[in-house]
Amino acid sequence: MEIKVIRPGMLTTVQDLGRHGISSTGVTEGGAMDKFALGLANLLVGNAPNAPALEITLTGPELEFSSDTLIAITGAEIEGIEHAQPVKINAGCRLDLPVVRKGCRAYLAVAGGFTIEPILNGAGTDLRAQLGGFKGRALRADDVLSATAVKRETHGRWKLSPTLFPAYSASPEVRVLPGTEMDEFGETFWKTEFEISTQSDRMGYRLKGHQLKRDSSRELISSAAIPGTVQVPPEGNPIVLMADAQTLGGYPRIAHVAQVDMPLLAQLRAGDHVSFRKIELEEAQALAIQRVRDFNRLEVGLREKLR
Amino acid sequence: MGDTAVVVGFGNVIGATTLEKVRAATIALEANPPLGTLDIMPAFTTITVVYDPAIPGGYAAFQERLLACLQMVKRLRRGMVTTLTIPVCYGGEFGPDLGLVAQGAKLSERMAIASHARPKYIVGAVGFAPGFPYLAGLPIKLHTPRRSNPRLKVPAGSVGIGGKQTGIYPQESPGGWHLIGRTPLKLFNAEEGYPSLLKTGDQVQFKAITAEEFAAWK
Repeated sequence: MEIKVIRPGMLTTVQDLGRHGISSTGVTEGGAMDKFALGLANLLVGNAPNAPALEITLTGPELEFSSDTLIAITGAEIEGIEHAQPVKINAGCRLDLPVVRKGCRAYLAVAGGFTIEPILNGAGTDLRAQLGGFKGRALRADDVLSATAVKRETHGRWKLSPTLFPAYSASPEVRVLPGTEMDEFGETFWKTEFEISTQSDRMGYRLKGHQLKRDSSRELISSAAIPGTVQVPPEGNPIVLMADAQTLGGYPRIAHVAQVDMPLLAQLRAGDHVSFRKIELEEAQALAIQRVRDFNRLEVGLREKLR
Repeated sequence: MGDTAVVVGFGNVIGATTLEKVRAATIALEANPPLGTLDIMPAFTTITVVYDPAIPGGYAAFQERLLACLQMVKRLRRGMVTTLTIPVCYGGEFGPDLGLVAQGAKLSERMAIASHARPKYIVGAVGFAPGFPYLAGLPIKLHTPRRSNPRLKVPAGSVGIGGKQTGIYPQESPGGWHLIGRTPLKLFNAEEGYPSLLKTGDQVQFKAITAEEFAAWK
């Protein structure tokens, strides 16, 4: 089955759950910014959670489908289409997804999954290294993606309760763990709200509102940087590293975002606000385990509803 | 580090002894990764091990397995460290900043080249961009602060100096290091099983080649 791109949207890329085992070569983890939403979109059409799907940013694409199929959209909400539900698409149908109504990044999965040759342990697009995904780049008009044609249908009428999703908000409180250099900064980081600046992308979000002062000028030896690290460059505006984070960093680290709250950040736009709350490692891991359990339960439940 | 990674530290001095320890531990971890390991990232004085926070037992159990694995680390044997010779055509259009670096070192260009090509460097880390090696061991004379205005386009293969380190740009990219030469070797190939030519802990020896040799390189 073919899916033709009529209009690409602002930044539409093929993503999956990211690359592992390869960071020692300088290749970023990458994958979906909101990995929960990508996994869920796949479950909703009967795919494995890690199947390649489209990440849509702020303005969506217009796509033409060559065969009958089932799709699902999760993460950000898009005007004019059911959110987090399988949607039947007829052969020849043009699906126009112009406006992301709420959130920043939506995920579109198609039953059977997009056919993408994995490279370096992943199918996601690494925009900076120009590898993976569809030709290592964002989609353009007239690109033609293919997907395995499978016949799948949903049974009965049902809707997932939003309580099953991360607590998406335009001003979330994000839970973090202490960073290695946390003690070299005062309390400002914990007591204030930050704005997501326009200098924010898949690599990282630059926050503004309060410059953080470091009471040490000790130079640090670079070490691994990972998505979720909150680092503070000398000018004092913190940067939260996101999915396409560089693999090495030498700036002091004030905090690390708990894995379960990365989707909350992924859905923020420039101008949205965020505040941070410190939690303990045990709590973060309990939350991570709970998230996996809930997801597995969803997987089992949805299997019943799709055939 | 956060709820998904553990950092193993090997002191706070970048040097051959530390990097040998990092290399030995990396080999042991890669050969026998503790259950739950997602990624192993050696760099200068640390190894960061990324793990799945939702594994049974969480951090406590993971740390126990990690420590057990680190107990098994053996001293590096000969043959476990690879030495690569990297041909470089210094100066001219390939190394537009050679003159400036030489001037800073109060050396002639020829002496600056000899000084850069003499030592055996050690790869401190591979990162910044896919396949980019940070090489430790640059003679102090050649230390040069980064350019105040980074270039928007540094050609692939460019050998540069940034502060106390020297390195090689694997792909065309923006960059703030002073460029002193270029290698015809390909440092990163996504089609390979292990895509990076160099690994943290490898030894590197530069060898000056002429523009003709560069052009003829296959």
